Amino acid sequence: MNSFFERRYIIAGIFITIVLVLLARLFYIQIVDDRYLLYAEKNVIRKTILYPARGPILDRNGKVLVQNEPVYDIMVVPKQVLPFDTAEFCSLIGIDKEGFDKRFTKAKKHSPYLASIFEKQLSVEFYRTLQERLSDFPGFFGQLRSVRTYPDSSAAQFLGFIGEANDKDIKRSNGYYRLGDYVGISGVEKAYESTLRGQRGVQNQMVDSRNVAKGRYANGAFDTVAVAGERLISSLDSRIQRLGEKLMQNKVGSIVAIEPSTGEILCFVSSPTYDPNLLVGRQRGNNVAKLYKDPYKPSFIRPIGAYYPPGSSFKPLSALIALEKGIITPQTTFFCNGGYQAGGHFVRCTHHHGNTNLTLAIAGSCNAYFDNVFNKLINSNGAKQTSATYTDWKARVNQFGFGVKLDIDMPNEGRGYVPPALRYDNTYGVNHWRANTIISLAIGQGELLATPLQLANIECTIANHGYYYKPHLIKAIGDKNVIKDEFTKRNYVGIDAQYFEPVIDGMQSVVEYGTGHGSKIPGIVMCGKTGTAQNPHGKNHSLFVAFAPRDNPKIAIAVVVENSGDGGTWAAPIASFIVEKYLRDTITRRSSGIYPEYYMNANLLPSLGNKPKPKLAKPDSLKQQQGQPATDTTKKIELKSAGRKKTKKANNPYIAYQSKRRENE
Amino acid sequence: MSSQRSPFFNVDWLTILIYLALCTIGWFNIHAAVYDEEHRSLVDLSTQYGKQFIYILSSLLIALIILLLDARFFSALAPPFYVVTMLLLILVLVIGRNVGGNQAWIPLGGGFRLQPSEFAKFTTCLLLARYLSGTNISISDPQSFFTAAGIILFPMILIILQPDAGSTLVFCSLIFVLYREGLSPYFLIFIALSITLFVLALLMNQWYLVGGVTLLTGLLVFFNLRNRKFVTNMVVGLVLSLVFIFAIKPIYYNVLKTHQRARIDEILGITTDLKGIGYNVNQSKIAIGSGQLWGKGYLQGTQTKYSFVPEQSTDFIFCTIGEEWGFAGSLVVLGLYLFLLLRVIKIAERQHMPFSRIYGYGVASIIFFHVVINIAMTIGLMPVIGIPLPFISYGGSSLWSFTILVFILLKLDSNRTGYSY
Repeated sequence: MNSFFERRYIIAGIFITIVLVLLARLFYIQIVDDRYLLYAEKNVIRKTILYPARGPILDRNGKVLVQNEPVYDIMVVPKQVLPFDTAEFCSLIGIDKEGFDKRFTKAKKHSPYLASIFEKQLSVEFYRTLQERLSDFPGFFGQLRSVRTYPDSSAAQFLGFIGEANDKDIKRSNGYYRLGDYVGISGVEKAYESTLRGQRGVQNQMVDSRNVAKGRYANGAFDTVAVAGERLISSLDSRIQRLGEKLMQNKVGSIVAIEPSTGEILCFVSSPTYDPNLLVGRQRGNNVAKLYKDPYKPSFIRPIGAYYPPGSSFKPLSALIALEKGIITPQTTFFCNGGYQAGGHFVRCTHHHGNTNLTLAIAGSCNAYFDNVFNKLINSNGAKQTSATYTDWKARVNQFGFGVKLDIDMPNEGRGYVPPALRYDNTYGVNHWRANTIISLAIGQGELLATPLQLANIECTIANHGYYYKPHLIKAIGDKNVIKDEFTKRNYVGIDAQYFEPVIDGMQSVVEYGTGHGSKIPGIVMCGKTGTAQNPHGKNHSLFVAFAPRDNPKIAIAVVVENSGDGGTWAAPIASFIVEKYLRDTITRRSSGIYPEYYMNANLLPSLGNKPKPKLAKPDSLKQQQGQPATDTTKKIELKSAGRKKTKKANNPYIAYQSKRRENE
Repeated sequence: MSSQRSPFFNVDWLTILIYLALCTIGWFNIHAAVYDEEHRSLVDLSTQYGKQFIYILSSLLIALIILLLDARFFSALAPPFYVVTMLLLILVLVIGRNVGGNQAWIPLGGGFRLQPSEFAKFTTCLLLARYLSGTNISISDPQSFFTAAGIILFPMILIILQPDAGSTLVFCSLIFVLYREGLSPYFLIFIALSITLFVLALLMNQWYLVGGVTLLTGLLVFFNLRNRKFVTNMVVGLVLSLVFIFAIKPIYYNVLKTHQRARIDEILGITTDLKGIGYNVNQSKIAIGSGQLWGKGYLQGTQTKYSFVPEQSTDFIFCTIGEEWGFAGSLVVLGLYLFLLLRVIKIAERQHMPFSRIYGYGVASIIFFHVVINIAMTIGLMPVIGIPLPFISYGGSSLWSFTILVFILLKLDSNRTGYSY
């Protein structure tokens, strides 16, 4: 009866085999494959990033320049989104269907499991109306963020701005930044990013399948708190900063003021400027586009990026080097018959100065005097040694931070330009150039190019009788007063202190009765020097450098007003107002009758109409910024002065900083 | 003489122990699956684990009653039991309550309801055992075979009308019973081949499959040319296979329902839709996979506690075990099942009466099928087929039906020497 008895083993065998298959599979997914643990955590843990408040930035007197304002970002986790009424959601947050699809696709591409920013920077009031409804849309939630706000609306280029980290930033940060994080893009915000950003915190929350919060993961064992970014005290004085911006409105140019005894930058005006508040909030994208399209390039940081020939403002430096080298003494006199005969070319002077000594030469900005000095200096080792002597001269100029980077604590600083001997070798041939060939360097023309910051720094050096402190923007971080040792180190320029007095005498005379006499401040001894950089497309660029008061100087300043005229007419008055405001906190009546409002209201913006393009364009900051080959007129001048008709190959001495538009804007 | 015997005389206590262990595991895991802070008590009647407690107690009562009955009772009443359940299956089509797309439930009032298809399992087993143990019945005899097949197919037809595909498929497992009683092994091979061909036909180009099958048959024939019968069988098999291959796609796309097709596509990896049709299995795999070796601990499973896995107390109860008790827990549960199955086979084989033996194999087949299909489904080896895990899943009908199934066997077994004198 009990046939087929052996089949019990086959059946039992089948049972055992299949159960073993199940066990093998269980072994694989439970022990071998670790992904599932990760998935389970992703399912249940919602990591909320706690963003620390970004550090505020204050001016030197404790006035707030940048602080934070709370806003809400709408975040989305695509994986958790359930079907919903898209139209209703769109109208709720004020976007259209197309915009919704675009954002959602982007979020999904980023990650279906991680939260991405869906809509940025909703104001607190707007978010309040939205908050209750948001729970109807699983997968979406609001996240508190803060944005920058600028109560003063000033110092835009100095402070810089923040923006979302782009792919490069994320890569460079080794994964610290994530999509949607904010990062300093320019100015102090970029330079002090790691100090300002603080430390992010994270909160691990558990959620159920409907994304309802179910308490903290592991009782908060893996949570961290956010540590706010540190407060930065900048060296800026917002009083003169604002005054400077007003004085420079509707003009192209810069003001840089430095405290000589510390190297702290007091005023950092780049004009035209913009309201930094425009780069915050939902309209940011549009405003950024406008900013970059603006033909006057307000985003260009002129004080450290724009190059100008220093013109006559270079003369004090020229004199100092000659004094140090023993080429002249303060009493050395040259005769000025209204110019200087350099080979076949005559360098004009504005007046017939007659017998001119150092003080008079600076006061009257005598070209003939300085051309003679320079000629004597370069030929001091014999004409055959021109190249070597010139190289020594260049090194001395570089000592002043001219033609080299000053390493200011801000990105994108330009180095200016002092041509190397090689450049002339290439142009004229080795040993085929002499002092008179390059005579325009003597009066700050030629190929010389400096940033306004470098010009101001030279004044600091003169004010300090031979040394400068590295110019910097930040005075203190949190409670720390000395932020970098290098900021307290004196940088000597290799000129003996005794040689400064006669030069300073001359600079005082400039303001007392010389080219800048209209800007004399009653009761304050200001020492300055005007400069005029020639501009073939229009009016000359007006320069003025100064420091004040003469004894125990408190402020050194460089002002550049493009397309305005002589140094004495625009730059000097503007500098004098700033200096007086800083020293006295008020602006008194001037004997010359000038008053700030006149300068504030003047419009000196160059017309950008269809002018014929000049063959040799003057280096001005607009051209540099556009990155056009900045052929400089100074070459032309110098060529003429040298009396040579040699065609030069296009050789660009300076690479203008071009503020590139960031890819993710 | 037999009337003075204790009802527990000769009862297989080992099986009862496994049974109790599995019921307890089920009860605790249902508690974990539906656990929330407000209902902490294990016997709170408003919750599923509270109700399960009642079901377990009532199952024990049913078990006791079965042990008190006379063993001959089951053999004698097999036909009326079968008829009654078939009537209930017809009744459920008329007055049944539709739950989850299946018209499988007869409401009993008080929130309780009956699922006749669960009871059809043991009555079919009983009738099959009764029929096959009859004199002059041989499974190799076509008439006997078709009668036996009819006994199995009839409830299947009624259940597929509900339409409860899972419960219908359970009856297929009775092929093991027929095999044990003498069905040609070709049937098992045939079924295994059909399943293989079905999966391959869906996964690959059918012309490659045709070529492969032809080549394989050709080789087998070539090396066995002398065996005429084998050659003939192979050629017939080849023709049938080819017809089957070409018929699969039309059948697959026209006969199966969209959701069934989608589940199969998902499991074969033809489609991947983790948010839609693949959500359950994916979440279930995450739950079990995240348990690792020792599990997350009782009531600590995040996948189950925060309801990422649907149907966690019924069809997907194994997720809770896998997540909270890890591979160790899964091993214990699967081990208990395997032990139970082998024990049931051992019990069946020690019977003197063919009826008891055949019934025993029925019990083993049905439990085996449930366990394998259910667990394979939760770990993504099988398409989603909604059948409960025996003794563990939440549900009164299912627990009672399995209790009856097992305890009738135990009663028969306790009486295995009863008629020898």
